[in-house]
Amino acid sequence: MFESLQTKIESALKRLRGQSKITEENIEEALREVRRALLDADVNFSVVKDFIEDVKTKAVGLEVKGNILPGQLIVKVIYDELVALMSSDKQEAAFASHAPSIILVAGLQGSGKTTFCGKLAGFLRKKGKQPLLVAADIYRPAAIDQLKMLGDSLHTPVFTLEGKNPVEIAVESIAYARKYGRDAIIIDTAGRLTIDEDMMREAEEISNRVKPHETLFVCDAMTGQDAVNTAKAFHERLNLTGVVLTKLDGDTRGGAALSIRKVVGKPIKFVGTGEKMDALEVFHANRIASRILGMGDVLTLVEKAQQEIDDEEAAKLEEKIRKNQFTLQDFLSQLRTIRKMGSLRDLLGMIPGMDKAMHGLQIDDRAFSKIEAIILSMTPEERNNPKILNGSRRQRIARGSGSTMQDVNRLLKQFEDMQKMMKMMASGNKAQIMRNLKMPTGFRR
Amino acid sequence: MAKLPYFCGTMLPILKVFFSKTDTSMGFFDKIKAKVASVVEAVSFAKLKDGLAKTRSAFANRLKKLLSSGRKIDAVLLEEIEEILITSDIGVETSSSIIEQVRLCVKKEGFDDASQVYGLIKEEILAILQSSAPPTNGYEITDGEKPHVIMMVGVNGVGKTTTIGKLAHNYREAGKQALIGAADTFRAAANEQLEVWAKRAGVDIVQQKQGADPSAVVFDTLSAARARGADIVLIDTAGRLHNKMNLMAELEKMSRVMKKIKASAPDEVLLTLDATTGQNALQQAKEFAKVAKLTGIVLTKLDGTAKGGIVIAIANELKLPVRYIGVGEKIDDLQQFNPSDFVEALFEDKTTEEDN
Repeated sequence: MFESLQTKIESALKRLRGQSKITEENIEEALREVRRALLDADVNFSVVKDFIEDVKTKAVGLEVKGNILPGQLIVKVIYDELVALMSSDKQEAAFASHAPSIILVAGLQGSGKTTFCGKLAGFLRKKGKQPLLVAADIYRPAAIDQLKMLGDSLHTPVFTLEGKNPVEIAVESIAYARKYGRDAIIIDTAGRLTIDEDMMREAEEISNRVKPHETLFVCDAMTGQDAVNTAKAFHERLNLTGVVLTKLDGDTRGGAALSIRKVVGKPIKFVGTGEKMDALEVFHANRIASRILGMGDVLTLVEKAQQEIDDEEAAKLEEKIRKNQFTLQDFLSQLRTIRKMGSLRDLLGMIPGMDKAMHGLQIDDRAFSKIEAIILSMTPEERNNPKILNGSRRQRIARGSGSTMQDVNRLLKQFEDMQKMMKMMASGNKAQIMRNLKMPTGFRR
Repeated sequence: MAKLPYFCGTMLPILKVFFSKTDTSMGFFDKIKAKVASVVEAVSFAKLKDGLAKTRSAFANRLKKLLSSGRKIDAVLLEEIEEILITSDIGVETSSSIIEQVRLCVKKEGFDDASQVYGLIKEEILAILQSSAPPTNGYEITDGEKPHVIMMVGVNGVGKTTTIGKLAHNYREAGKQALIGAADTFRAAANEQLEVWAKRAGVDIVQQKQGADPSAVVFDTLSAARARGADIVLIDTAGRLHNKMNLMAELEKMSRVMKKIKASAPDEVLLTLDATTGQNALQQAKEFAKVAKLTGIVLTKLDGTAKGGIVIAIANELKLPVRYIGVGEKIDDLQQFNPSDFVEALFEDKTTEEDN
């Protein structure tokens, strides 16, 4: 998508070739493409309008120097602007000087408040806090049960009072927290629509009575144009201190992030990336910016890689690649490292341009297991020197791994190709490799 | 398919080389950044003005004025109409095509007053919504073999369970014997939530404990429905993001298992969509259609400020009809979809009263 946005901008800027400056006239068509990309990403219409104006001001007059293309330059301006708009230095959750800190969590129905509350409790526990979950959603059937179950799985107490209203529950949770030495109170409120005056008043009252240190607005990352109305309404009533973006593990472009940031002016503090209790991440403006533009999430990928890959091991691997000594055994350990990093589909989704390359491709993590089985059915000698794999050895391997001869042959062919590619890399021809990897032009040297 | 593992095997060492800190003091991205930075001149800018609120609240009123007054039809007018369509989540693609149709029609018919355009747009959107919709027969069941099986699918938090409760209620009101299958065995307390709804609707429920195989629940439910001669089976499934392959495969399995008891099952697969959802809903519809034969959409949470215009894009591009809309949290708050009411509401502004 990033690739296509850039290509579109490039073609819109064809007239610019030979000209050295970006002017209001020659940028017009490119900006139309940008506008469309942003709208397709669900950035609010008005926000898009202002944004485009801003980018125009920034880009007009820029000189196109060196071997950079005008399209690249504009995308860069847009990207930086997106990052600047969404960045904040107040990213961390605030804590009170005197315990307990009170965190109020609010949002529409189904945005993921209860799940987020659970994750936040887990997050705080890891930071050495003693959280208390407060179930103040007395309306949705079984909402309290849901929080209780989450609390159990996180070894975190859940406070609620049968027969009391949400305001009373929230207020009384403070005394409970003091008594039992809990230093962070997380109040899970019911989902409410902004036009439901009674419910909004109730939220307001909870906020007035407990005086939270943090008021977090939980928003589904897939939200469309209405995100601004909702965020604004909640902000007016509750004076939000931060935003939580949930369900970012889907394939949404997440334009709501920009819209909300713009309307509320408060930092996005957390993003939810899965149904498991540890799927909570701190917000990174650059990643969402890439995502809105459809650039893929290379940085997350790099971070994950850095987490999982041991530097020393990587150095050894590089050495092996340089000397063309990469074996099937190394391949196997690489595969295992990749699997530790998460699902293949998610990983590939983070690579710019792969979105398109993957189009219609069925990605099955189970394929890994098959490859693993095949390699594990080889002797160490065979893994180090696949050349000795004659027909009967291959047959044995196929039988041993529960696969077919074709599978074994295919793997060996792939491995051969891979070695060739690595040779290419060892010879330092990075540009060629990047092309093979379908990296977007903007990232080619 | 086969290429991917190989790709990954190479990807990692390659990435590592590019991003390694030991390589040089600068990583690959720093290099690019430095390079670009040297080209892009630093320009400082004033912060964006927060004019958003005004722009937004102003335009719906503006449109009303625009379309009712004797204003001329020109490019500006059409652009402003497009704005309204886009802010209703109809999406750029479908909005443009609607506007294009209107433009052609205006030219052909020689319209010159803005109020006529309003009618045209409504007709255009109605046509889109109706073209995808098969004739509905309310809560009457026409297929001969009992039970009629409806499976509810969708991403997390859209209101599947609530919709099941309401739908069960409506079928019961229509004199049908319904049975609910609790195939969301994943989310904490999903069973309890559905139980409450089943009780409210006065309908029986088949469930197993959390973590059970949803397909097993489905099988049990259909067997039970057969045994007691139920007219209709409603299967609630766990919310799943459409890019999670194993979860989507699970859905496929559920459909497969049903067929062991009734070959034509599921008779209906309803995709539940949250009216606040933006363009990603198209993606959702496409992906769910790959694993289950979607027959329609339930659009929930229409009682909020969101317009749910995305269903127009879905009807336009995927020909998938809206069957029901959810307009509240009470048990009788599920209605059959009425295209013309929906279009009417699209041009209403629910938030502007107190603004300005």
